[in-house]
Amino acid sequence: MRFRFAIPLLSMLAVVVLPFALPATAATSTQAPAFRLPDRDGGTVALDSLAAKVVLIDFWASWCEPCRKSFPWLSSLYQRYGSKGLVIVAINLDKSREPAESFLSKYPAPFRVAFDPAGKTAEQFHVRAMPTSFVLDDHRTILLTHPGFDPKKTDAIETLVREACEK
Amino acid sequence: MMTRSRVLWLLLLTLLAPLVGGCAATSVKPWDRDLLAQKSMRFVPLPMESAIDQHIYFSKEGSMGGQEAGGGGCGCN
Repeated sequence: MRFRFAIPLLSMLAVVVLPFALPATAATSTQAPAFRLPDRDGGTVALDSLAAKVVLIDFWASWCEPCRKSFPWLSSLYQRYGSKGLVIVAINLDKSREPAESFLSKYPAPFRVAFDPAGKTAEQFHVRAMPTSFVLDDHRTILLTHPGFDPKKTDAIETLVREACEK
Repeated sequence: MMTRSRVLWLLLLTLLAPLVGGCAATSVKPWDRDLLAQKSMRFVPLPMESAIDQHIYFSKEGSMGGQEAGGGGCGCN
């Protein structure tokens, strides 16, 4: 038979290709998944109980280089729009609290910081890069998903936040 | 016409083919990449010790390049 190796070869190819293809088809709902996580002060941050017009959720870790650039920008964004209805929740994904606290001493966060060492919230949000930001409106619908941090794209995010705050 | 043993071999090969994928089915989560970056996860955990070992190796063998490259064998390094 001429194509006797076709079946094993095709199945090998399928096995190699499918794992990469499957995550791409994972459906992402536009409604943000609810979460309840511990914060820095011993309290909890729950998405349902946030009284905010706009919520920016930022997934970060202490070892993440771009996070060192994104935090100063998030701080300035919060200072400008915090009084207009923006709440920022930075969800830390470090395995332990110490490196996160050391990062926060270098890059202060005037906004809320929550901890998810198991990464369950990141899993629910389908986070694919570090950092990843999500902008949610007052119905907690995801308006924007921004993987990574690019200073060239901050203007677009700020415009979206401003418009959502003004609604 | 394929013999029965050949058909069985092909069937076995087809059944074993998915094993080639192995760990490809699981991907490292972005928030777990710090673990991959740890020193203990490097292919060469102690670069300095490895460099010294290689220097001893190529000096003793009398060939340039240690374990990675071929050399002239002049022993002049």
